[in-house]
Amino acid sequence: MPIVAQNPMARVYSRFMYALCIAFALLIIGVLVLIIGYLVSIGWRSVSVSFFTENPQPYGSGRYPGGMLNGLVGTSVLLAVSGVVGIPIGILAGVYLSEYSANSKLAAPVRFVSDVLAGVPSIVVGILGYELLVVPLGGYNGWAGALALAFIMIPIVTRTTEEMLRLVPKSYREASVALGATKARTILRVVIPAATGGLVTGIMLALARVAGETAPLLFTALGTRLLTVNPNQPFPSLTKQIYNYATGPYKEQKELAWAGILVLISLILVLNVAIRLLSQRRGAR
Amino acid sequence: MTPAVMKTIPTAAGAPAAPPPDFDAPDRQGQEEKKPPYIHPELASEQSLLTVENFNLFYGQSQALHAVSLNISAGKVTALIGPSGCGKSTLLRSMNRLNDLIDGVRVTGNMTFKGQPIYDRHTDVIELRKRLGMVFQKSNPFPMSIFENVVYALRIAGERKRRKLEEVAEKSLRSAALWDEVKDRLHTSALRLSGGQQQRLCIARAIAADPEVLLMDEPCSALDPIATAKVEELIHELRGNYTVVIVTHNMQQAARVSDYTAFMYLGRLIEYGPTNTLFVTPHLKETEAYITGRFG
Amino acid sequence: MRHFEELLQELLQKIVMMGTIAESMIQIAVTGLVKRNQSNAVEVFLKEQEVNRLQVEVDDRAVKLTALQQPVAQDVRFLFMASRIGGELERIADQAINIVQNSKHVLEDPPVRPLVELPIMADVAQKMVRDSLTAMIQRDVNLAATVLEEEKKVDAFRNQIFSRLLEEMKQDPTAIERSLSLILIARNLERIGDHATNVAEEVIYWIQGRDVRHSKGTTKAI
Repeated sequence: MPIVAQNPMARVYSRFMYALCIAFALLIIGVLVLIIGYLVSIGWRSVSVSFFTENPQPYGSGRYPGGMLNGLVGTSVLLAVSGVVGIPIGILAGVYLSEYSANSKLAAPVRFVSDVLAGVPSIVVGILGYELLVVPLGGYNGWAGALALAFIMIPIVTRTTEEMLRLVPKSYREASVALGATKARTILRVVIPAATGGLVTGIMLALARVAGETAPLLFTALGTRLLTVNPNQPFPSLTKQIYNYATGPYKEQKELAWAGILVLISLILVLNVAIRLLSQRRGAR
Repeated sequence: MTPAVMKTIPTAAGAPAAPPPDFDAPDRQGQEEKKPPYIHPELASEQSLLTVENFNLFYGQSQALHAVSLNISAGKVTALIGPSGCGKSTLLRSMNRLNDLIDGVRVTGNMTFKGQPIYDRHTDVIELRKRLGMVFQKSNPFPMSIFENVVYALRIAGERKRRKLEEVAEKSLRSAALWDEVKDRLHTSALRLSGGQQQRLCIARAIAADPEVLLMDEPCSALDPIATAKVEELIHELRGNYTVVIVTHNMQQAARVSDYTAFMYLGRLIEYGPTNTLFVTPHLKETEAYITGRFG
Repeated sequence: MRHFEELLQELLQKIVMMGTIAESMIQIAVTGLVKRNQSNAVEVFLKEQEVNRLQVEVDDRAVKLTALQQPVAQDVRFLFMASRIGGELERIADQAINIVQNSKHVLEDPPVRPLVELPIMADVAQKMVRDSLTAMIQRDVNLAATVLEEEKKVDAFRNQIFSRLLEEMKQDPTAIERSLSLILIARNLERIGDHATNVAEEVIYWIQGRDVRHSKGTTKAI
């Protein structure tokens, strides 16, 4: 067989396709740079110390427009509560899918429902929260918001947990069982510790996802301009505060909303980078 | 560890159902394989620790082991050899019921450990596995420290005394000829050890559970010759204190390390006898053809 | 020590044991001749059986170790050497038996003339056996080489004894039977020297991998 190229067009075609792929890859990066660049250029002027230390102030007050301390605290509390509820449920369901479902007829439905849940629009989750937790409790409250967020987290954590546990080599399980360990001990002492890095990645991913949610909070936590850590009443969040100010009439408030977006994006970016670093460390081990 | 008594009941109660029809046996496998296995008379004088009797194993519809009967001699090294797919690993994994982890496995026939049935509704599988330690083809230390790997069996047994754990760790690592290499870094990750060290760590981990039998499933297939030689030396040293059953696709290894060798083919036992007889003057021409590499 | 090395060591000890017994057989046979007392002859025969048994054992071990341990380099040379040396030592033992048997005819007649060269020749041959074994135990190539040199000495002794006894036979026909037996014994001793030489050559092959068996064109008696 001759090793000299028979068809010179083949090489041209190959190069063209290569260039096309590179072009679109750059396009994706370009879009992200554009968004972040735009945000930074508009938002950085409004990010000040008072953004982090003050609550929103009404028009006319001496400290107008204030900051978004209430939103930062509110989002943190919401994330904490939703995490406490959603992460254990998600992990246990993931453990079931990965470790116990081999012969179970329940596995396929659980997996399917979990996938559907992950795809449910977040506004639907918000309305569900409204019907189940706001109406019966007689008013907007932080619990409803946190649970709505937890509801979004669960399928994400479930599926990443399942994937991560499946990545743990079968040989670990065999070795443990061959040493006389029960299945539960094997999972607790060997499988889950071996997958810790992956599990943390999944959790961070879920937290980053819900940190940016607004829709489910609209009908549940509602939001407030006040700083509060009491989830029994309407509860502030960064996203809702941004939503309110961005749709409001005042220039100063719009600028504060830009600053809020910049802070939120930065937080999510930091979370993502942290996830990357974590998974890299896991890979290197 | 105190030798706990496995719960047993008269075998009749747990007796398995009659073997299903042997679909592929009559035609596809020639007359030669249907001959009864040749068991060398020297085995008769050995004390049997683990007895396999007319043992059949099925993966779904396909039969992996056909009426295998053999005795594993106490305190000796027994090698199972044969071409890939001959059932040697399956037989080994049946001994500590590790095949239970695989779906659709069915067995018929008897297997006893010290006279107690291994396949019985009332067998305490956890206890069984503690007494038949296993070393795998690929070294599989847990992603923990060297120390935690070794004491794993004690930890799951609920041992908390630090002194006891340290004592067992040292003793086991010494038995596995690894102590001098790792004594200064017991609390570093086991995954940083070399392949050969990892495999010896796995042997130490199995020894720490204080088993009576060590089942080794191709323990050197992923090791370089130097590491292999070390593990083989170790097997020589374990002889006597432990009963070792080793599966190996490396006939030379079987020749080097074992006292007895069982040659298997297509799920059947073909010939079983003292290694130094089987490898010098095998009784059957099938065995001779396989060990001389003139197979088929 | 590695398990395999232990097994090799055991085999070496078997050979040494064989050699020690064969050497003592020469000693007893020659002493019996010189002292004109064959009361120890039975012992020689018993020892020969032991040597035969050991030869079979050495060969069996060598074959099994070759089959089971896949020896290479000096290990495989050692195993071949072991088997061949076993053969040489077994023949040395046979020669000792022959000396005992040939001595019978000598002792039937009254002594005519004191044996002078024969005991010295026996000493040399015996020393060759001992040195070749020592060379093996100590892995001493130089000592093995001296054994090769000694062979000439043994040959010279044999020639000397042959010509002297021929002379005697010519002068005194009644001494023919006795002298013939002595000639045979001299030849037995010379053969022992040959076998010891072969042992030394095997030792050199084992240690250095050099086959010196036919390199010097040594003249061997027929």
